Amino acid sequence: MAGSTLASATASAPAPRRRVTPGQEAWRRFRKHRLAVVSLFTLGLLVLALLVGPLVWTLPIDEIDFTARLQGPSWEHPFGTDDLGQDILARVLHGGRISLAVGVAAMLVAVFVGVLVGAIAGMSRGRVDAALMWLTDLFLSLPELPLLLLIIYLFRDGLGAIVGPEAGVFIMIVAVIGGFRWMPVARLVRAQFFSLREKEFVEAARALGASRSRLVVRHILPNALGPVIVAATIDVAAAIIAESTLSFLGLGFPPDIPTWGRLLFDAKDNLDFAPHWALFPGLAIFLTVLTINFIGDGLRDALDPRRVT
Amino acid sequence: MTNYVVRRLLIAIPSLLGISLILFTVLALAPGDPFEELATNPAIPPDVRAALRASLGLDDPVWTRYFSWLTAMLRGDWGYSFVSRVNVDQLILARLPTTLAIIGASQILALAIALPVGVMAATRPYSIFDQVANTLAFIGFSLPTFFTGLLLILLFSITLDWLPFVYRADLSSTGWTWLWEQVRQSIMPVAVLGLFQGAAWTRFVRSAVLDVIRLDHVTTARAKGLPEGSVTLRHIVRNALIPVVTLVALQMPTVFGGAIVTEQIFRIPGIGSLLISAILANDTPVIMAVTFVFAILVVFFNLLADVIYGWLDPRISYS
Amino acid sequence: MNDAPLLALHGLKVHFKTDDGMVRAVDGVDLTVNRAETVCVVGESGCGKTVTAMTILKLIAMPPGRIVAGEIRFEGRDLVPLPPAEMQKIRSKEIGFVFQEPMTSLNPVYTVGQQIAETVRQHEGLSRRAAMDRAAEMLRLVNIPNPQRRVNDYPHQFSGGMRQRVMIAMALSCNPKLLIADEPTTALDVTIQAQILELLNEMKQRLGMAVLLITHAMGVVAETAQRVVVMYAGKVVEEATVEALFADPRHPYTQGLIRSIPRIDLAATTHTRLEAIPGTVPSLLNPPIGCRFAARCRHAMPDCVAAEPPLREVTPGHKVACILYPEVHA
Repeated sequence: MAGSTLASATASAPAPRRRVTPGQEAWRRFRKHRLAVVSLFTLGLLVLALLVGPLVWTLPIDEIDFTARLQGPSWEHPFGTDDLGQDILARVLHGGRISLAVGVAAMLVAVFVGVLVGAIAGMSRGRVDAALMWLTDLFLSLPELPLLLLIIYLFRDGLGAIVGPEAGVFIMIVAVIGGFRWMPVARLVRAQFFSLREKEFVEAARALGASRSRLVVRHILPNALGPVIVAATIDVAAAIIAESTLSFLGLGFPPDIPTWGRLLFDAKDNLDFAPHWALFPGLAIFLTVLTINFIGDGLRDALDPRRVT
Repeated sequence: MTNYVVRRLLIAIPSLLGISLILFTVLALAPGDPFEELATNPAIPPDVRAALRASLGLDDPVWTRYFSWLTAMLRGDWGYSFVSRVNVDQLILARLPTTLAIIGASQILALAIALPVGVMAATRPYSIFDQVANTLAFIGFSLPTFFTGLLLILLFSITLDWLPFVYRADLSSTGWTWLWEQVRQSIMPVAVLGLFQGAAWTRFVRSAVLDVIRLDHVTTARAKGLPEGSVTLRHIVRNALIPVVTLVALQMPTVFGGAIVTEQIFRIPGIGSLLISAILANDTPVIMAVTFVFAILVVFFNLLADVIYGWLDPRISYS
Repeated sequence: MNDAPLLALHGLKVHFKTDDGMVRAVDGVDLTVNRAETVCVVGESGCGKTVTAMTILKLIAMPPGRIVAGEIRFEGRDLVPLPPAEMQKIRSKEIGFVFQEPMTSLNPVYTVGQQIAETVRQHEGLSRRAAMDRAAEMLRLVNIPNPQRRVNDYPHQFSGGMRQRVMIAMALSCNPKLLIADEPTTALDVTIQAQILELLNEMKQRLGMAVLLITHAMGVVAETAQRVVVMYAGKVVEEATVEALFADPRHPYTQGLIRSIPRIDLAATTHTRLEAIPGTVPSLLNPPIGCRFAARCRHAMPDCVAAEPPLREVTPGHKVACILYPEVHA
């Protein structure tokens, strides 16, 4: 009641507002989320470091130097060295590229599958819709990590034999992580279909003779975009964690590809005498995931009108 | 209510079948014969190999294989571990209690954090408390369990030397000493899992409470002259629990994933670490069975959540 | 016995802080309700009548809302500075409240009996069983069939009209001296609306409390009120007995409101068109200087926008805020 009172009080006062595009309006709302703005800046720096860093910091990631084993941070090796004397900064920079690439690629897979399933369910209603939603619920109740492990265990060698071990692992991890994350997007897109198909402008477009595919592409999907972008952002963070988890369990990328999780896996048995080895990749994962989550929260404020408070 | 529970039970059956179908499809699609290596592994007696091949009917058509596999799984006939040389069901049953105890304790910790903090934050939106709690929650669920585990070991085991970092199922002591050691070795794993889930749930509780706070019936409760405390507990928190239960149920797969990682870090002899060691040892029957057990656990907890949901919301159970 | 009016608002101002600025939802409202009297507050949606009603029990969200100025005197005591614990003793015990939306105003997770009993237990310290008996008795009073059985039903098992009866039963369960009903019939079907109004009148006859009825429907006013307060854009523009108001509406806005009531008797014989008031309600964010109705008023003149016309008594008991009418000195 308190809320509706306020709403009626403001509704009665239509403020003369300057014309702003939806993008400007979203940016204005995003900017109000201070932590999201700080995170966007931090993540930007981080990504820049990962892109440019290996060009500036040219130490090789696999140069073995037994005279410099397990050294703490120094000017020569700012993040220290590992048990083979390899430079951890170089490995963190290199591994970060892979972790981020996995995160973004898995997100794209999840969004693609999710939009596809959601759109089919939203358009067809009836039995197809019910079956797809049952499948969505089923996937939501699958034990993700055990299944990831099982699939990787069963398929790793086979796929590796076809496209090479590194590409094989990359494709498989991206496909599998993406394949377990499409459900929220599918639900969002389907919900948008159901709420928008009754709206006047869609009715009007239909009355004007717009075809079904045109309706979907021009009118319904753009409206579902906001929530999907929010879900996609969070998915990147979740995929990075999933990849790191697999690598941390020793079941992700092979040892010569130093993703952040893999670095932690190698570091965990040397915690007592080389804590820096675990700390830097761990902090990198944490910082990336944290900033992405904050950006997602800011985007939710900016793009998801239901959530504006 | 009974009606509702029965209906939920009936809905759980197809999802269990669906999961078994997915599991079996994965197994059937896998390149090569997963038991191929048995032929070359001298550690496996030939009669065991033959029995396994027969029990799985590897040369039958796919549907027959699925049904024989499913009936074997349902009968508890889960095969024989190549590595431990015991029946898989015995292996799992011996390790399941440890896993459930760690998960149970950590979820209680998570709720003990999330409920009060989430409610306090939502009833004072945008206050200092809310902002601090919100930021800490974000940090909490952005810290992956494997990193928190390592950090805790680094701090409490290596630097301070307060807590053991290897969990032992075979503590030699008895009585109070046993209990004390049990508590000491459980603190870190329970904290790792509990803090992560607690952080995620704090956000759920906060947003659920914020949604309820602006509903009309809360204003009615205030207009009745109830003290603010009763309004919050009886008319806000009580109603906010309904969506929270659903969200918590949706988190169960994540909880089990976290449990696998935690067991691996602290070397807890539960079914999660069993799964990892089985994968590293190519012990297929164990891998399949543990995955199936995890699936059953998720379905079971979803069912439990459905029942609690129905109990909390009379609109569901009384119609 | 206190001879102060039961409820008296003096210069009440309630403002809401929003992203776009300060919304002056209620901007200087005077209003009195005497014992056992029925007063109607009418006006378009957004004129501040609901905020006024909610503010009396301090039920608006604060922040963003704030009582900027004025007094809310109940039996002579100002409620504005009252601490929350004292306010709780007024709510439902002294002043009952019925909300606009019966579908959402009851808590879906408790039985209606529990919700009525909760109020009674809070204020009268009855035992659980005695409170449930009272709840059933209240349901019988508001004409809900089978009250003994219905107390154990949940809100979703009642229709909208029945839920509004439950709300009325709850608001009256502690025998308050004043019942505030905020558009109690707006959300209901037309046939049910009449029943609820009839119930309110019947309750007033039997229990003798005063009623402050908030509505936007002139028809409801005619059927229930003894005195009427007309609000426009956060202010009172006219106040009179119901007879005086309908017989001799003074403020151009009130005249417009009355002209916009559909009349079946006239429609059949003459071909007069139903009149609407042109224009829209001004923004409460930056209310215009002078009379707030001037922009829509057919009698508007330059003096109207120069200064705000005060609410003045033009005939005994009839107050208008319009420069068309000179003040009378009795």
